[in-house]
Amino acid sequence: MSDALLDRRKVVQALLDRREGLLVVAGLGSSAWDCTAAGDHPLTFPLWGAMGSACMIGLGLALAQPRRRVLVVTGDGEMLMGLGSFATIAAQRPGNLAVVVLDNERYGETGMQKSHTAYGTDLAGVARACGFSKAEVIRSRAQIAGARSDIHRARGPLFFQVKVRREALPLVLPPRDGGYLKHRFREALLGKDSAAS
Amino acid sequence: MPDAGHKRLIELCNSDKDMAAVPLTTEEEGIGLAAGAWLGGERAALLMQSSGVGNCVNALTLVSNCALPLLMIVTMRGEWGEFNPWQIPMGQATHDVFRLSGVPPMRLERAEDAFAVVSAAAKLAFEGYRGVAVLVAQSLIGAKAFEEKP
Repeated sequence: MSDALLDRRKVVQALLDRREGLLVVAGLGSSAWDCTAAGDHPLTFPLWGAMGSACMIGLGLALAQPRRRVLVVTGDGEMLMGLGSFATIAAQRPGNLAVVVLDNERYGETGMQKSHTAYGTDLAGVARACGFSKAEVIRSRAQIAGARSDIHRARGPLFFQVKVRREALPLVLPPRDGGYLKHRFREALLGKDSAAS
Repeated sequence: MPDAGHKRLIELCNSDKDMAAVPLTTEEEGIGLAAGAWLGGERAALLMQSSGVGNCVNALTLVSNCALPLLMIVTMRGEWGEFNPWQIPMGQATHDVFRLSGVPPMRLERAEDAFAVVSAAAKLAFEGYRGVAVLVAQSLIGAKAFEEKP
């Protein structure tokens, strides 16, 4: 019943509400458009390629910035490409890292082909088995506030698999220039002198 | 990445309190990890074997698109007295795969050059904002060791 599934834009909007110092990595495609629709931000690093890398960029950030909270927002397709990163993340036990997968069970950018979650792959189960502190499937709006609170406060690594509707939404594109995205992120996080380091 | 040629270096990294050693399940994880570390203000080096270089090709577009510094130290297989034919195609392609990916490969052939070559590569990576790969010759690591049973 697709009516019972969540609206991905509203979910991301709610998760990024009052984001404070949150560092965000947005997986390529719809997840990046969703994060941009919630408000382009220098401390969001959206990907336009390198599919499969979002979670590992999040881990690198979380290890480099242990006092900041780090959130990766990506899709089921990208997460399936990097299942090993669940194990790599869990082995490091980053208390400040959360991963949100917007799971529409489809490859939305390439013609809505079914992804493996449509055939039963249990991403939250994989995260749990690898050793994430918390791995939840989110199916109702009532669970979103709790997830947002956990992203800011709970001991990670955290994983939330949000079941969202299959829909083609208007594109809301972040900047495309990788050099620009890197500079604005580092400057916002590390200060003006970051360009010289 | 776990690797016989990097065994001693991995042990040194593990015992160095100023370093965090992160074991990976596959090489391309290291590209994202190093990118995230740099965005967060830290430096990273990726240790792997030439057989894993092909796994990194698409992830390396992150490095070239964003002009991110990335230092890779790659132990070579398939080039000097290799006994395993399955190692030869990737080993022979490694230099060109890096070159085609916009990553200058730098050869390390003699132990006494290790410090100079890795220092020069690190400077090229971190001050030149690009991926750089040090290819550690199989003749230096010793091809014979791979044939020994544990």
